[in-house]
Amino acid sequence: MKIDVDHHAGLPGVFMRVDGRVKINARHLHYRELNNMIKGAASEGVEEIVVENVFGQRYIGSGIRRPVRIVIHGVPGNDLGAFMDGPRITVDRNAQDGVGNTMNSGLIVVHGRAGDIVAMGMRGGRIFIRDGVGYRAAIHMKEYRKLRPVLVIGGDTQDFLGEYMAGGLVIVLGLKGGKGKRSRFRARHIGTGMHGGLIFLRGEIEEHQLGKEAVAVPATQEDKELIRPFVEEYAGYFAADAASIMGSDFLKIYARSHRPFGGLYAY
Amino acid sequence: MIGRLEGLKSYLLPQFLIDRDDYRCIRCEVCARQCAFEVHWYDEEEDAVFADESKCVGCLRCATLCPTNALVVRHNPTQHPPNANWTREVLQNIYKQSETGGVLLTGMGCDTDYPIYWDRIVLDASQVTNPSIDPLREPMELRTYLGAKPDALKVGRKGGKPSLETRITPQLKLETPIMFSAISYGAISYNACESLARAAAEAGTYYNTGEGGLHRNLYKYGEHTICQVASGRFGVHADYLEVAAALEIKIGQGAKPGIGGHLPGEKVSAEISRTRMIPKGTDALSPAPHHDIYSIEDLAQLIYALKEATHWSKPVSVKIAAVHNSAAIASGMVRAGADIIVLDGIRGGTGAAPTMIRDNVGIPIELALAAVDDRLRQEGIRNRASIVVAGGIRSSADVVKAIALGADAVYIGTAALVALGCHVCQKCYTGKCNWGIATQDPYLSKRLNPEVGARRLVNLLRAWSHEIMEMLGGMGINAIESLRGNRLRLRGVGLTREELDILGIKHAGA
Ligand code: SF4
Ligand code: SF4
Repeated sequence: MKIDVDHHAGLPGVFMRVDGRVKINARHLHYRELNNMIKGAASEGVEEIVVENVFGQRYIGSGIRRPVRIVIHGVPGNDLGAFMDGPRITVDRNAQDGVGNTMNSGLIVVHGRAGDIVAMGMRGGRIFIRDGVGYRAAIHMKEYRKLRPVLVIGGDTQDFLGEYMAGGLVIVLGLKGGKGKRSRFRARHIGTGMHGGLIFLRGEIEEHQLGKEAVAVPATQEDKELIRPFVEEYAGYFAADAASIMGSDFLKIYARSHRPFGGLYAY
Repeated sequence: MIGRLEGLKSYLLPQFLIDRDDYRCIRCEVCARQCAFEVHWYDEEEDAVFADESKCVGCLRCATLCPTNALVVRHNPTQHPPNANWTREVLQNIYKQSETGGVLLTGMGCDTDYPIYWDRIVLDASQVTNPSIDPLREPMELRTYLGAKPDALKVGRKGGKPSLETRITPQLKLETPIMFSAISYGAISYNACESLARAAAEAGTYYNTGEGGLHRNLYKYGEHTICQVASGRFGVHADYLEVAAALEIKIGQGAKPGIGGHLPGEKVSAEISRTRMIPKGTDALSPAPHHDIYSIEDLAQLIYALKEATHWSKPVSVKIAAVHNSAAIASGMVRAGADIIVLDGIRGGTGAAPTMIRDNVGIPIELALAAVDDRLRQEGIRNRASIVVAGGIRSSADVVKAIALGADAVYIGTAALVALGCHVCQKCYTGKCNWGIATQDPYLSKRLNPEVGARRLVNLLRAWSHEIMEMLGGMGINAIESLRGNRLRLRGVGLTREELDILGIKHAGA
């Protein structure tokens, strides 16, 4: 798709090119129009697409297979980066439900909180959420060979974190407002039906908060080395203190078995 | 204390008995080699072939391949004490569960005797008036397009010539209104998948990957492939979405409405792991619902997510199991943006389902189809989606009746596998299919040659298509389009008023 460059910036949908970047004003645009413009710019090979005045438009980043940078100013709608394969997205506000749904590769950084089912069925790439998330984060996250998804949540989560989780790495830092204050996790049914992957929680939980398919143990120093690069990456995006985060105790949660339903049937 | 009882004599009776005519038997050991359940063995000392009938599943592989027809496999005639309540099946199930502590598992479709309405519906033919048509001499159109149709067509003029101004959304083009149902690689062998893919390509129709992803070698049949997106999202990635001719969101399936599924870890071989994109040997769990779909609005969100991810280039289908309120759900599905809706009836097949679910949940497809078609017509949205029905289509007559009841096309699953050699023994979940279909064991799966398999399937479609043309011609109709929803050409036999009302047909004689 060829893009007509118009210099009447400020009008909805208008494109601008600034130092090799493309700027789009998303005000009043339907998601289809907006995504068409983003896809068009991406297919032209631009390196960075800045989208301003985003207000609930869905599916941003979906259907693009290049590692283009997409900078979102505003609140993107549901399914940000659904089925995404490559782009690197930054959001300067909150995000809604379904961030990184069935995502394959790429990066999403949210400077705020995100809604339910973050990283559902995610298979690769990285997601960083500065604050907390809603229900069912990392549900059915999986990994495959070199594809190993990583989800870092700065705040805390609601129930069913890591439900059916089959692979990948989830790190929950329990920071309050981006500060070092550790909160108590209230989420219940953590790791219900879990059969792969790892969850690291900075803080404590009671036995009853854990699904019966999951096991929680204190993380060893060696375990913590596994998450260090991602905690440092988080700290880099949101100006947090990686050293003090890494200095605290983490719980490691893993699946009791890769075969949760072996022996269920009468053969 | 629960757990399998080992080392004790089972209370289960063999389901089948095997009679071997010793005079005919030439001790070739074909039966012994062919049976993955290890029923037959040759004893050198006695120079005789024996059978352990407790292991026999009745797949008839041995009887079919025995060069001298020495074998007869028959249902065990031993009678349980007569009791209409505590039947043989009921007792045997309880023995099995008390010995294993497990959920009863089965394969293929529901085998209980709920009414099969296809067999209570007869077709019309022209006599004297409206002459019948001979498809051998006259053109007959079976081509079918699946996808949303516009409310109206606007035709304008371009350069003095009429041209279509209405933009038609993407459609699937079928040369015959029959497609192959969703069957995953994992449930069936690679060779069975390749047979279906090749046959679909050759016959100008489509097959469906099911929820197990698409093997790399089969990408070349993409134009004839419907790729499924199910709750487990196995193997769903950008290439998979891109290569498909259409995408299908699987909400449910007729054999197990309302429950998820799982492929046990022992079946997740290296190849299956690559295709599903999960590690080898882990259970592949499909949650019961899609956790991003808890409402019609959420369904719309996934439908449009898929459209957006594929640049609005292909139709999106949504498949549900036929249940009590299918009509209302279907209305929601159409309003949510589905281009094709698929209804899978209670007799729909599966590689593995809990027996109690398979045999007790859902409704017959005939009733669901009639109800859904009615509802969409009443609401004036029937054109916005095509209806495809599945679950117990056994012959070309069933296809014709389904289309007259309101379907645009049908999916066949069991019938396609039968064409490949399946004998409906219902033991698919064991992974030991002697016909090389429901197995990942290379020794067994190489029994099914994809080239031969594809030919058998193409033959079946050709034969059914011709029969459909004959039936259409008999009614004086020369295009399948003219039969769609034409319930006047159907009559019920031996049905109650209520059944006739739901089916929207008259009783024979009326
Ligand atoms: S296949 Fe037939 S002839 Fe050969 S050993 Fe078995 S029963 Fe005998
Ligand atoms: S596919 Fe194989 S195991 Fe399944 S019913 Fe058919 S013959 Fe039996």
